[in-house]
Amino acid sequence: MSRLLLTGNYAAAYAVRDAEPDVVSAYPITPQTPIIEKIAEFIESGELSAKFVRVESEHSAMAALIGAASVGARTYTATSSQGLFYMYEVVWWASGARLPIVMGVVTRALGPPWSIWTEHSDFYALRDSGWNMFFASSAQEVYDFTLISYRVAEDSRVLLPTLVGWDAFEVSHTYEPVALADMDKLRSFLPPKGSWKPLLEASEPGSLGNLAYPDEYIKVRLEMRRASERAKNAVEEALRLYSSVTGRSYWFFDCILCEDADTVFVVQGSVFGEALRAVEELRSRGEKVGLVKLWVYRPFPFGELGRALEGAKRVVVLARASVFGSLSPLGADVASALKLRETQAKLFDVVLGVGGVDVKAEDILGVYRKVLDDGERSFWWVR
Amino acid sequence: MAHRVFPREEYLLKGHAACPGCGATLLLRHVLKALGPDTYLVIPACCTSVIAGPHPRSAFKVPVLHIAFAASAAAASGMVEALDRLGKPGNVVVWAGDGGTVDIGLQALSGAAERGHNIIYICYDNEAYMNTGIQKSGSTPYKAWTTTTPLGNPGFKKDLPSIMAAHRIPYVATINPAYPNDILYKLRKASGIKGGLKYIHAFSPCPPGWRYDPSLTVKIARLAVETGIWVLYEVEDGRFSLTGPSRSLIKKENRKPVSEYLRVQGRFSHLTQEDVDEIQRLVDEQWERIEELISEEKK
Repeated sequence: MSRLLLTGNYAAAYAVRDAEPDVVSAYPITPQTPIIEKIAEFIESGELSAKFVRVESEHSAMAALIGAASVGARTYTATSSQGLFYMYEVVWWASGARLPIVMGVVTRALGPPWSIWTEHSDFYALRDSGWNMFFASSAQEVYDFTLISYRVAEDSRVLLPTLVGWDAFEVSHTYEPVALADMDKLRSFLPPKGSWKPLLEASEPGSLGNLAYPDEYIKVRLEMRRASERAKNAVEEALRLYSSVTGRSYWFFDCILCEDADTVFVVQGSVFGEALRAVEELRSRGEKVGLVKLWVYRPFPFGELGRALEGAKRVVVLARASVFGSLSPLGADVASALKLRETQAKLFDVVLGVGGVDVKAEDILGVYRKVLDDGERSFWWVR
Repeated sequence: MAHRVFPREEYLLKGHAACPGCGATLLLRHVLKALGPDTYLVIPACCTSVIAGPHPRSAFKVPVLHIAFAASAAAASGMVEALDRLGKPGNVVVWAGDGGTVDIGLQALSGAAERGHNIIYICYDNEAYMNTGIQKSGSTPYKAWTTTTPLGNPGFKKDLPSIMAAHRIPYVATINPAYPNDILYKLRKASGIKGGLKYIHAFSPCPPGWRYDPSLTVKIARLAVETGIWVLYEVEDGRFSLTGPSRSLIKKENRKPVSEYLRVQGRFSHLTQEDVDEIQRLVDEQWERIEELISEEKK
């Protein structure tokens, strides 16, 4: 098992190389570009035998993969922010057509004003689209969850597209040591190529996506919902198997110091590092705090998270998304998990780090003070 | 002679949902006969996405990917590369209306042409957004009535075959449902050319949209050629040539007056004599340009 010094974006490219897709299509956008540049290098050098379609827009990037996956190809693309929004229409087409496409989303704020720095609003915009959604907080996790995505997406019980999000610059452009998977073991983890039946074949003419009357439409949507429910088992199995293949263990989320915690922070992505520093600082002062890092966002682990947060008095969601007139998407999901479990915890929904604002442990300590004052239950933290 | 070798196999099945007299359906029937069973259709939002009939059935005996409006050429790009990579044979054919081609789909089409994917892209041009109820498209002719141009279209039809030829693709051609042998010939030629995108622009009369009796579809299609308002031609590796009956129409006296074509359609019923004269002048001008083009090439 080799270790390389890689950025989050290069880690994604190495995972794609190791997953051996047939077709990659992409349109450049900051901060996604190093991924597709690296993949292009892998293809040109012969390290990866795949077709690279250099499309003229993100809309076409996803459309090209829909065309490719509909005849049975393994596929990849990556995008970010405005690009993801330009692609948005066809993102739904991919999931509605039940195609196991895999995508990287380097999370970046949306304009206006122009911003290239991280925020998760682009990622959350896909939460109802039917895609399985993972969030990575380090280059290692980008590598791992990109590979895990192929296993989940191509699982015959699932057949839904799958994406991995990670923070612009803080993860996308930061070098970290990344352990690559052993290729022989990886082959036993990834589904064999062609293990799922292509929807379109000349020998067996069928059609994909034609007009459906209401009674048929609802059946298609219901089947998709069931697939998404089955995805939870598929994710859990994939994570377990991945652990046995690589030794790195994941679950729907990581719960650190949660057992006796009165206050639990919930985070996604690169805020995790500083949040962990804040939690350790608070623990050293005798404060009973814990930290949840969420890896699996869709299907959302309502039951598992609700159970993990059962003993907490306060649950503080630190969400990196501009939200107006509502809770943050992560806050709303965590609130549902608490309610469904009928826990007594008070929910605090905090928006911070929007548009790439640096989040320090000190900020999180500040949030903690404000929460203990039992002030507002929903607020923006602006330094 | 030719009709005896015309393929008997039908790939457009009975029970489809087209209007009576639909020009697009006539075209597609012949296109599929020409290309045969190893054909993958990519269809964006257009009349044909309805004509195919409702899920889970399909009126087409070939695999069909229905895709979002702007996305057909891009989806075909990915499909053709995937088939190549997976070692599967087949023609990848986009079958799109004029709205999905000259307007919302043009960016993806231009990209696919520039990248040189081995796709046959066919635009069936019924000269307006017919599936949504006859709204003006970028392909609606000058002065034609539509629901969004109730006084007649003040603009001019976008010349997409010329735009596509400017991409230096290997093959551009026009087809017309009144000339099935010509369709067969051109589609087979297109499918034999492997390097790059082949663009076919099809004349597609629409009884409800053009306001005429469904029995007149083929007559109107033929009149379009005979009056010279629609030209049958090919552009092969950049070389323009007239084909079929259009070859003899370079002489003005061989062309019927455009009024014969215009007067059978309700969408032109509001035209004044000046309008008709103006359209005739535009058609004559178009033929002068064709004459210049041909004599340029002969030099």
